[in-house]
Amino acid sequence: MKTIYFDNAATTPVDKKVIKEMSPFFNIRYGNSSEYHSLGLDSKAAIEASRRKIANFLGCKPSEIIFTSSATESINLSHKGLIENILEEFKGLKLKPHIITTQIEHKAVLETCRHLEKLDWAEVTYLPVDTHGLIKLSTLKKMIRENTVLVSIMYVNNEVGTIEPVSDIGKLIKKENLKRKHKILFHTDATQAVQYLDCKVNKLGVDFLSLTGHKIYAPKGIGALFVRKGISLIRQIDGGAQENGLRSSTENVPYIVALGAAIEQIKKQKSRANVKKNRDFLIKQVLQIPGVILTGHPKSRAPHIASFIIKGIEGESVVLRLSEEGIYASSGSACTSASLEPSHVLTAMGFIPEESHGSIRLSLGKNSTKSEVLFLMSKLPKIIEDLRKMSPLN
Amino acid sequence: MEDFSEYYSPLVLKHVSKPQNMGKIKNPDGVAMVGNPVCGDIMKYYIKVENKKGTLYIKDIKFQTLGCGAAIATSSILTTLVKGKSLNEALKVTKGTIVKVLGGLPTAKIHCSVLADECFNLAVKNYKQKLKTKRQRK
Repeated sequence: MKTIYFDNAATTPVDKKVIKEMSPFFNIRYGNSSEYHSLGLDSKAAIEASRRKIANFLGCKPSEIIFTSSATESINLSHKGLIENILEEFKGLKLKPHIITTQIEHKAVLETCRHLEKLDWAEVTYLPVDTHGLIKLSTLKKMIRENTVLVSIMYVNNEVGTIEPVSDIGKLIKKENLKRKHKILFHTDATQAVQYLDCKVNKLGVDFLSLTGHKIYAPKGIGALFVRKGISLIRQIDGGAQENGLRSSTENVPYIVALGAAIEQIKKQKSRANVKKNRDFLIKQVLQIPGVILTGHPKSRAPHIASFIIKGIEGESVVLRLSEEGIYASSGSACTSASLEPSHVLTAMGFIPEESHGSIRLSLGKNSTKSEVLFLMSKLPKIIEDLRKMSPLN
Repeated sequence: MEDFSEYYSPLVLKHVSKPQNMGKIKNPDGVAMVGNPVCGDIMKYYIKVENKKGTLYIKDIKFQTLGCGAAIATSSILTTLVKGKSLNEALKVTKGTIVKVLGGLPTAKIHCSVLADECFNLAVKNYKQKLKTKRQRK
């Protein structure tokens, strides 16, 4: 059966060139980089070459990159590591560190923040968003306190694709810091942005940036964290002091090589405009189906994500019916999560549960084509019609 | 270990793809609609009951569901489990039966089987109430 993959925001296939580059590091160039024999040094060199590629992509120094297992781990390390590091100093000042984040972050950020609240190590403000999923700079400014130490705002929302004004936030924080004793650091979760948007850390004005491999055609299980020089963190994994003592455990050399290779491919990709063109075509087509609305920002959105609310049906049932036709999509609906609650993102954007239940996300990849969109459109209207007929409310 | 997986069984997917006895019955003998406001699943059953030599049978049943895959599958499979059965036999179908016959349901979806079971029971109750009112009128 012909299959169409419209779930690239969930994960991407590993690029053939990436597989080719990483392969020798499983069984030919397999040395432990902590060893001084030539096999070990070869691994060490491969790790550092990858680090340079990533640093080059982000416009930072190689020493500012830490390899992790995922964006989730990067976020845990930056947030927990930072708070743990300043905790003693703040206790002396009788202050509790304050974090500002948004209501629409990925669970990796939200749960990390909740963990820090539970430990009583930090207090957290969760910024609201407008109906398009955008935060307001003036609200952020108002929320800044004497004890604010970290602002963590995602670059691109994973459910609806809205691009947050990261560089404007960076500028605002820089300005605020001029008059502050305790500097505010700025973290962005760039997971959904790396493949398509400018991630130069100085342009963005960020102090931390988290990214993952499996959304950019590298394997699952590899990520990186940019930490601006001069920032001290407490490591969250103890052991053999790899990654400058910040992330112990023997380096996953093949995957580290893969991450560097995948980043190199991004620089070479010519398909950026094409992805947006096909995605815009998809949005236009899907919106012709009655009772469908676009979620997320109409303009300020990542080029690969299209997200909708289909009124009168449940998103998961659409995903299952599409899967039957060989089309893979995602639903942010309640029933896909264990919690059974409607998507926290759509709720924050002001949608009522009845609407959020009908959410569906179609995310394109660098190889998606217009004919794939046309194939989707040959199936989707009928599926929606059938499911609506099945509803007792129609 | 519980006996349900965290994934949809092939039978669940089959019912999502080809629901059994989906639709409405005109002038049903019993009807009921239930909904779970948290999850957003809404189910409705229509039943026709037949009296054959003093025993009551589910002559026909149809369902309508707005909901996830598990909601569709549980409401669909229940119709196949009760159709043609005597009322007493049909009422013996429980949420446990539904989950077992479907080959398991993810933990978070068990509530869908509760919903289907509850909805069918209410449809039967509705039939019995109607019967009672009819008799009283007589």
